[in-house]
Amino acid sequence: MTTSNFKRFVEVGRVVLINSGPQAGQIAVIAEIIDHNRAIIDGPTTNVPRQSFPYKHLTLTPLALKKLPRGAGSGVIKKQLEKENTVTAWENSAWAKKRKATESRRQLNDFGRFQIMLAKKARRDVVRKTVAKAKKA
Amino acid sequence: MASPATVEKQVGGEKNGGTRQVPTTKAPRFYPAEDIRQPKKSRKSHKPTKLRGSITPGTVLILLAGRYRGKRVVFLKQLDSGLLLVTGPFKVNGVPLRRVNQAYTIATSTKVELADFKLDDKFTDSYFAKTVSKEKQSAETEFFEDGKPKPKEPLPESKTSDQKEVDKAIIAAVKKSENLTKYLKASFGLSKGQYPHQLVF
Repeated sequence: MTTSNFKRFVEVGRVVLINSGPQAGQIAVIAEIIDHNRAIIDGPTTNVPRQSFPYKHLTLTPLALKKLPRGAGSGVIKKQLEKENTVTAWENSAWAKKRKATESRRQLNDFGRFQIMLAKKARRDVVRKTVAKAKKA
Repeated sequence: MASPATVEKQVGGEKNGGTRQVPTTKAPRFYPAEDIRQPKKSRKSHKPTKLRGSITPGTVLILLAGRYRGKRVVFLKQLDSGLLLVTGPFKVNGVPLRRVNQAYTIATSTKVELADFKLDDKFTDSYFAKTVSKEKQSAETEFFEDGKPKPKEPLPESKTSDQKEVDKAIIAAVKKSENLTKYLKASFGLSKGQYPHQLVF
């Protein structure tokens, strides 16, 4: 039997990232698949109310809840999310960290951006000097 | 001042009441043959320009138009004409005390602490008005000098000293926060992938 190359599936228990709407940027769990366009998602620990959501505006994450029963209610999902520490696993992922970093950079004002530029310049200078020194030696 | 419409005059005779109001200007003897239309007086008046809420004294502004476009300057106050009085400071980035229209500026959230700074009252719109050159050239000399650049009048000494005096306080305030001088010295620009409507200022 050949194994599939696909790792993330639309399945009950799959953790998804919401890309649009008021909860954009939050994660939620697929509770029930409605059809090939929409699923019921629920995020009791991430302030995402239970709702139907199109897959077009969702991104599948590598995380999934183990053996979540079909159509599980918010309480059950919450219990299992807490048991498996899914939210912390998401927050510690490189993906979530990167998103957070971009967001914080985007919030910087003009002076903040200028100071980042100065800091980068200083870092470049240190690197360049040490490399030149190492080359000489 | 206009004289009053009527004057009180003494009138002789017992039954005449003693005094009488007499008009100061006589009414015309003839009415004009044709009516002359009086233009309607407009009751509209210009509203004073509202200062954008994000601009307070000490706010760093980015100039978008004119000779100093792209420069970051410090806002001092709004003049009666609605224009903003800004300074570079001149020593930092070469922008003198200058009036700018707020429509052509971006207000940043960066502020220079100018709490104990008191701007002189002499900085009004008339301070920045062009001085009329005193001696008028005759038409002949003007004709022959056509094409030659006009002799440039030097900036009066008082204006340079005013600039220095204002800037002294501003520079002292700017120096209190790190990198702010460098920030004012650098000019603003957009790099690849930067869109002003997506940026936070």
